[in-house]
Amino acid sequence: MSQEPTADPEGESNEIDVGHLAALARLAIHGDASAKIADDLQAIIAMIDTMQAVNTDGVEPLSHPLDTTARLRSDEVTEHPDPAHFQSGAPATADHYYLVPRVVE
Amino acid sequence: MSEYSSLREMSADLAKGAYSSVELTQAHLERIQTANAALNCFISTNAESALAAATKADQQRAQGDQRATLGLPFAHKDIFCTRDILTTAGSKMLSNFVAPYDATVVSNMAAAGMISVGKTNMDEFAMGSSNENSFFGTVSNPWDHTRVPGGSSGGSAAAVAAGIVAGATGTDTGGSIRQPAALCGITGLKPTYGRVSRYGMIAFASSLDQAGPMTRTAEDAALMLGVMAGFDSKDSTSAERHDAWLDGVVANGIAVLDRPLTIGLPREYFSDNPNFGGIEAAKTELEKMGHTLVDVSLPHTESAVPVYYVLASAEASTNLSRYDGVRFGHRCEDPQSLQDLYERSREEGFGAEVKRRILTGTYTLSVGYFDAYYLKAQKIRRLISEDFQQAFTQVDVLLAPTSPTPAFEKNQLTDDHVAMYQQDLFTVPTSLAGLPAMSLPCGFSNGLPMGMQLIAPAFREDLLLELAAQYQRQTDWHLKRPEAVV
Repeated sequence: MSQEPTADPEGESNEIDVGHLAALARLAIHGDASAKIADDLQAIIAMIDTMQAVNTDGVEPLSHPLDTTARLRSDEVTEHPDPAHFQSGAPATADHYYLVPRVVE
Repeated sequence: MSEYSSLREMSADLAKGAYSSVELTQAHLERIQTANAALNCFISTNAESALAAATKADQQRAQGDQRATLGLPFAHKDIFCTRDILTTAGSKMLSNFVAPYDATVVSNMAAAGMISVGKTNMDEFAMGSSNENSFFGTVSNPWDHTRVPGGSSGGSAAAVAAGIVAGATGTDTGGSIRQPAALCGITGLKPTYGRVSRYGMIAFASSLDQAGPMTRTAEDAALMLGVMAGFDSKDSTSAERHDAWLDGVVANGIAVLDRPLTIGLPREYFSDNPNFGGIEAAKTELEKMGHTLVDVSLPHTESAVPVYYVLASAEASTNLSRYDGVRFGHRCEDPQSLQDLYERSREEGFGAEVKRRILTGTYTLSVGYFDAYYLKAQKIRRLISEDFQQAFTQVDVLLAPTSPTPAFEKNQLTDDHVAMYQQDLFTVPTSLAGLPAMSLPCGFSNGLPMGMQLIAPAFREDLLLELAAQYQRQTDWHLKRPEAVV
């Protein structure tokens, strides 16, 4: 099994940038935790990279396991939820809005 | 009433008035009280609503309702949304979450008169093979409390194996019904993708997730499947099927298998594993029952684990983006900005394995890597699916081990994530192909139960259940009990 990621299509360094990934994933990861996660991800990506040996020339991707498409429905309102009930578990609300820290000063 | 009565036996006892549903439900609640401290297989119990539902079932019975499922207690994996009852998915993120609606599986079982006595422990967001990733603590295997029950439906498996309940719901994304069923010595069925509605089942990887029954016998699995399954317009991937055997299975039970089957042995599942005495004995037993065993090949099996961890992690990173500290779930204290709110709520709310999978999925979906990982994995997924299609031109069903090992020690694999992922070696190929598969107890290794896996073409759960019921009429592995539960 390869110990290094091999699938970098740009031919650039394939060292995992945990800070960038964490920013994309909206996860606060700092200091020692970052180094440990980088090691873990390197091992996982190395395992995943073993699949690169499979010849997939001319093979169509399969997204639904039974190769069918999701069913659509007509665009009609079928339910009338009660906002107060749906928001009963929200951390902070007012007048049916969700409250978050100020975005625009 | 015996601790180890099956659902069918309890149904017969209720019908003849041996006890009431209220008495039966109280006995189940007492068992949870007694056994849960040692096993930790329940996250919550709902005595009040269970006894109210049991009272209603007794009233319906008194008015002439004779449905086989009426008044039968069971447990839900804590991944199914339940209106007005906590639903945690084993996560700190949802440790305070009360769903505003019921999952379709929950409403189907309630409509059948079945009584949910509590919600079982699980790996966080169903990500794990040992139940060690739960925010609510590790579950113990009833056969040996120093060992794991498997995962992610480890709480359901342990509760059934310990005789606390005769049936529990589970979910299976890459093996999460079958592997814990094998490690705890019970029967577990992952139905065909689309057979059971995913509406209200907290999503991990939506193209793989599927709910199913965990029981001691194949007959009880069929009973529960008959209630859980069915078309649901609220799930866009729900299959619209009309299978006569399924419509009649609750009332009539499993049909008797009336012909010999050709059973395929995929050589890639047996090559590196000498420690499968139980499977060897099962092969002999199946031949004695008149079935023919033949070798087949599923040549892309080796790629299934890497493909699974690309696709499942990518779908997880997308599905779990909804947990943002805004609408429901955990929110960090005193957020300084919207970005800070998102990042700290998610950092505090998710456990280590969930973060690893989110980051793995984020990596494989990121710019420049999508084709090399996600698209490549989807192409190999087709090759894996075609392997099964080819095999089923030669055989009726496939027989394979469920898990590479019996139950392992707690903490044995927690620092070696890739080794933990290899626990899914024999279960992820069928998940990727969306096929039904079932794990049955087939023997013991050093006192620990072993499971064998039967795999069928799509929507042929009837074949699995008929063969499993025939096997369980000839063997008694499914009747073995752990010596000391508490």
